[in-house]
Amino acid sequence: MLNHMVLDRSPTLDRVFHALAHPARRSILRRLSDKEQNLSELSAPLKMSFPAASKHVRVLEHAGLVRRRIQGRQHLCRLNASPLKDAADWTQGFRDQWEKRFEVLEELLAEMQQKEETGTQAKSVRGPASK
Amino acid sequence: MMGSGMLKVTTPTDLEIVMTRSFNAPRRLVWEAMTKPEFIRRWMFLPPGWTMIKCEEDPRVGGSFRWEWAGPDGKLAMAMGGVYREVVPPGEGGAGGRLVRTESFEMGCVPQMGEQHCTMVLTESGGKTLLTLNVKYPTKEARDGAIASGMEHGVSAGYDKLDAMLAAGG
Repeated sequence: MLNHMVLDRSPTLDRVFHALAHPARRSILRRLSDKEQNLSELSAPLKMSFPAASKHVRVLEHAGLVRRRIQGRQHLCRLNASPLKDAADWTQGFRDQWEKRFEVLEELLAEMQQKEETGTQAKSVRGPASK
Repeated sequence: MMGSGMLKVTTPTDLEIVMTRSFNAPRRLVWEAMTKPEFIRRWMFLPPGWTMIKCEEDPRVGGSFRWEWAGPDGKLAMAMGGVYREVVPPGEGGAGGRLVRTESFEMGCVPQMGEQHCTMVLTESGGKTLLTLNVKYPTKEARDGAIASGMEHGVSAGYDKLDAMLAAGG
């Protein structure tokens, strides 16, 4: 509702959000948060072909979220969370701002409810749906 | 997550921001709190120092709304307005509870970002109301700018989850 003052044109963030916008890629990231894994380990739980899975890994790499090193015949992937940190900061502020408003709204609703109950008792009849 | 009360913010497309939050109140009251100026003034605040100096609401199809804020120097600094397109108050048996309006900044938002469409839907279950706010922006830049506004206001960020993740990632 409220956008304010700043336009953030950040190609890095665009790539990060694009990378996060697919369940398979989020699944890969979650699993990489525990330990380094090779491409076959990463693609195994995904219901897709190896090439399809490695394409997702490339998208994550492009966003800087995954780093790859080659050891013999293995491609080992690990999480690089710093772009995620930037992205998290970016939406967190927006969320916090609205959550503060909604916390006040919650209190207001409790107050309205209480007032309504008191009023109903006083009149001992239920009033028409208020407008 | 319904019932936890926590706000969820998602970006299902490049143009949208969707917020969902549940409230421990019937939707009839949530509707009132979202459409009547005396209530909007209470919750629709900006950071400390800002005050809402105008809040006009005419929630009928074709009716308009206008909000104005003064900055810390007391002068009009930001204004936003729009027109109601759909107004269906909560009715019997879960019907209604839908509000659609256009929103645009008339000043204070540089650069002006064009018109956005805001849809509010209220659903009730077990005495609790789930509020869904969908804001669709004219461009991805406008959407991203809206999200960035949170940062701009210097609201504290929650690093907890992230720290845990970073720690786990080693």
